[in-house]
Amino acid sequence: MRGSGQEQQQIRNIWQKLHIDLPLLLGILSLMALGLFIVYSAGGQSMAIVYRQAIRLVVAIVVMLVIAQIPPLSYRKWAVPVFVLGLLMLVAVLLFGHVGKGAQRWLDLGFMKFQPSEIMKLIVPIMIAWFISQNNLPVKISTIVLAFILVLMPTLLIAKQPDLGTSLLIASSGVFVIFLAGASWKLIAVCVGLGSAFAPVLWMFLMKDYQRQRVMTFLNPEQDPLGSGYHIIQSKIAIGSGGVDGKGWLQGTQSQLEFLPERHTDFIFAVFSEEFGLIGVGVLLSVYLFIVMRGLWIAVNAQHAFTKLLAGSITLTFFVYVFVNIGMVSGILPVVGLPLPLVSYGGTSMVTLLAGFGMLMAISTHRRFHI
Amino acid sequence: MAPRRIVIRNHSAEANLFARRTFIAFVGVLLLLLILFSNIYSLQVDSFEKYQTRSNSNRIKLLPVAPNRGLIYDRNGVILADNKPVYSLAVIPEEVDNLKANIEKISKLLDISADRQVKFFKAAKRKRRFKQIELQPRLSEQQVALFSVNQHKFPGIFVDARLKRYYPFSELTTHNLGYVARINRKDVKKLEQQGKSENYAATHGIGKLGIEKYYEEILHGTIGHQEVEINNQGRIIRTLNYTPPIQGKDLTLTLDIELQMIAKRALSGKRGAVVAMNPRTGGILAMYSNPSYDGNLFVHGISSKNYNKLLQSKDLPLINRSVQGYPPASTVKPFLALTGLEEQVITPSTKIWDPGWYQLEGLPNKYRDWKKWGHGWVDLTKAIEQSCNIYFFKLAFKLGITKISTMMERFGFGDYTGIDIHEESRAIMPSVAWKRERYNQPWYTGETLSVGIGQSYWTVTPLQLTQALTTLVNHGVRKVPHFLKATKKQGTDEDGNSQSTLEEVIYEEQAPLILKQKKHWELVLEAMHSTVQKFGATAYTPFKGAKYDASGKTGSAQVARIKQDEKYDAKTTQENKRDNAMFIAFAPFNNPEIVVAVAIENVAKGGGGTNAGPVARQIMDQYFGNRVITSSIDNSPGKFKTKTPQQHIHPSHIQESD
Repeated sequence: MRGSGQEQQQIRNIWQKLHIDLPLLLGILSLMALGLFIVYSAGGQSMAIVYRQAIRLVVAIVVMLVIAQIPPLSYRKWAVPVFVLGLLMLVAVLLFGHVGKGAQRWLDLGFMKFQPSEIMKLIVPIMIAWFISQNNLPVKISTIVLAFILVLMPTLLIAKQPDLGTSLLIASSGVFVIFLAGASWKLIAVCVGLGSAFAPVLWMFLMKDYQRQRVMTFLNPEQDPLGSGYHIIQSKIAIGSGGVDGKGWLQGTQSQLEFLPERHTDFIFAVFSEEFGLIGVGVLLSVYLFIVMRGLWIAVNAQHAFTKLLAGSITLTFFVYVFVNIGMVSGILPVVGLPLPLVSYGGTSMVTLLAGFGMLMAISTHRRFHI
Repeated sequence: MAPRRIVIRNHSAEANLFARRTFIAFVGVLLLLLILFSNIYSLQVDSFEKYQTRSNSNRIKLLPVAPNRGLIYDRNGVILADNKPVYSLAVIPEEVDNLKANIEKISKLLDISADRQVKFFKAAKRKRRFKQIELQPRLSEQQVALFSVNQHKFPGIFVDARLKRYYPFSELTTHNLGYVARINRKDVKKLEQQGKSENYAATHGIGKLGIEKYYEEILHGTIGHQEVEINNQGRIIRTLNYTPPIQGKDLTLTLDIELQMIAKRALSGKRGAVVAMNPRTGGILAMYSNPSYDGNLFVHGISSKNYNKLLQSKDLPLINRSVQGYPPASTVKPFLALTGLEEQVITPSTKIWDPGWYQLEGLPNKYRDWKKWGHGWVDLTKAIEQSCNIYFFKLAFKLGITKISTMMERFGFGDYTGIDIHEESRAIMPSVAWKRERYNQPWYTGETLSVGIGQSYWTVTPLQLTQALTTLVNHGVRKVPHFLKATKKQGTDEDGNSQSTLEEVIYEEQAPLILKQKKHWELVLEAMHSTVQKFGATAYTPFKGAKYDASGKTGSAQVARIKQDEKYDAKTTQENKRDNAMFIAFAPFNNPEIVVAVAIENVAKGGGGTNAGPVARQIMDQYFGNRVITSSIDNSPGKFKTKTPQQHIHPSHIQESD
């Protein structure tokens, strides 16, 4: 019995040496595999699209494994310069960025197009976690105010592109760090109050027409069923008509007959729900919950305030991804362009996402060092 | 408690704080997941049926399938209205790569005009996606063949076949059959009002005239449906279900197309109409109005140039003269004689002296006979044989207009016969009330005299004449004239073999016309018999040598007013003011099988006997063929030559009382 215990310990050590967190990896891989099946179904049953996605996944996993090898505490050294560089790039995007899909998001570097907001998804939690963890917890108000300013800068720059989804993620990643660092409940209450007071200002002065339209559509999609309401109506029809056990893989009429827009990207959850029903949704949500639990477990067990805050922020931001996407596709949130993490077809955000998981794995496996 | 600055970190306190916060965050995650899940639960479980319905209505479309229109046959099974495939070149623009170049290429190949191409591109801009657009209607056989060979080069372009009505006898049957033409806005409105628009969802044409219109409901059939699955662009993915349409019933008419041909030949070069009917049933054997026009022109949509030509033609080919009113002239004399007998103002032996004219007491106007020197002593039979006007002036005077019009209305004059086409006119049976209503004027006795010889305001349609004659030869049994003999339903039996069920149409008889004395029928009919059979009688010549026993009555109607004592001469009278020739006939005398009425407009010379009589003769010759039916009357030649009766009468509507 002891021998088998030792054996287990040895196996654990092997994964530890490879800097791989096995439960997290299994959760990620199972979602990716599921994603490939749904992408096949949603993408007009074309193998080409599946191959492309598979290649991206492999690249993303490699990125994750590479990042997992880097000791997490060393991120702190790079936090400030990379954050500043990131801000400069965001400014550059606004000044001479590449316009695509109605928004300025890309920097054309000549040999490749580069989306600085993706880097910021990683660097903002690192920056805030580093900034806060320099002092003792719970975090003080003066630190919080400064941290807010740090978060607000990239958030506003990205919102200006406009890329509401990403700016939302970046803001949440910063806010989560502040929350986990023990910001007082009183302060949280004040912030929530201020936030609700700010909402009409946001609506009146800061939101663009199309964004206001999205909110209106969200509130009443049937108002314009063939226009702005079309996406969400068709998506709800797809989900609802899936029923408890779904129409079956490749049998979803809403997706196969192309009534559903953005089937293999942002609205892939509707395809999944239509074909696999409530049972499938339960399983999918369970896997996400499992990944979140594992991430939080890693955070709680991290040995340094910086890594705790970082791991917690990465995990909770991942959940925001899931919540916003599913909430939008099922009609309880306005349409914000965010993919379903690990499942939707798409490149850049997948790499960033797995880089984040790489950091989680690093935090989970580098614990014996730098105590 | 003011926070104190602690230099040494309290790791376990920090860890506890962090763990607490993480736990709170985790609870938040669970809560939000619960919200997501319960929302999806409500979509997939609570509202499942609603969304399933909406999902199905997204993808499932019912495509209407038009039923084939029933065919129309003559009494012997000769097809009169057929469905012929018409080929058109259609394009689904979304399925054609490089639309412009390919349309140019195919247009060059099939010689499609630039106009058509422009029209096509205009339509292509407006149409919904994946709907086909016609590039060239009515392809010739060569074009179809040429395209078939080259079809593989033109994906998205195809030949579309559609059944369209075709009338093989063209103008011979148009006035009877009418025609089918494209459903227009007015038709759509009417169909909506009748609640039939659903049944016409896939139908392109509708009966516009004649039998095609009258029996539209029977001919049309019932729509079928193809249930298909479509994608978001409306492209059909597969068929889920198919309910075949029920094709319209075929019609078998009482019409005899050969008789119809004879009617056309007999009327060629003349304006007029002929109606032949079976008096035993009321079935129309032939009904032709000359000139006619080709109904096929309207099936594909007549060009405005052609339509204007028809509209503006002086011969009025669009008018069905068989059901338009003509002054009946002397053809109604037998009916008037019957009225006199029935009203007991004359007896069979009543004789009058005919000096060639008739004058109302105290009035200067003289009503003249067609025979200048008169007919001498005239009794009822002679009055009919010789078409003696003076006899009928006196008779009409004695009867008065009310008794005349009441009796004539019982024969159906002035009313619809009830034939199964809608174009029928009631014509005019004048009466005191009618004149009051129409002109707000009193009735004048002079007009009664004119009515006595079938003139004045009185008009009858050739069809009304056949109906009235039928009542006469049937001794009061009245029949509804009709075309429809039987309907044939095409279907399949239990074994899937096609079979058809023939359904004879049964027509209800109308209330009979009952006379006080039955022998009056015989009296009048015998007079009509001798009018044809007796040498020297007015209708003797046209039926000379006929192998069947015909009877009849001539008539020549004055169209224009003739002044007092003015002499009528066809040669010097304008063509459209010349007399109309009328004729009614039936045969054989015993148990008649056929009644015929003929009307010919503005004849150059002679009257009913010489112009309309031969038309009736040709119809009957064709009808009886080589059957020999001997005459029961002694047919001894008389000493004097017959002369065509013509009525040179005073303008009847000039008021004598002035």
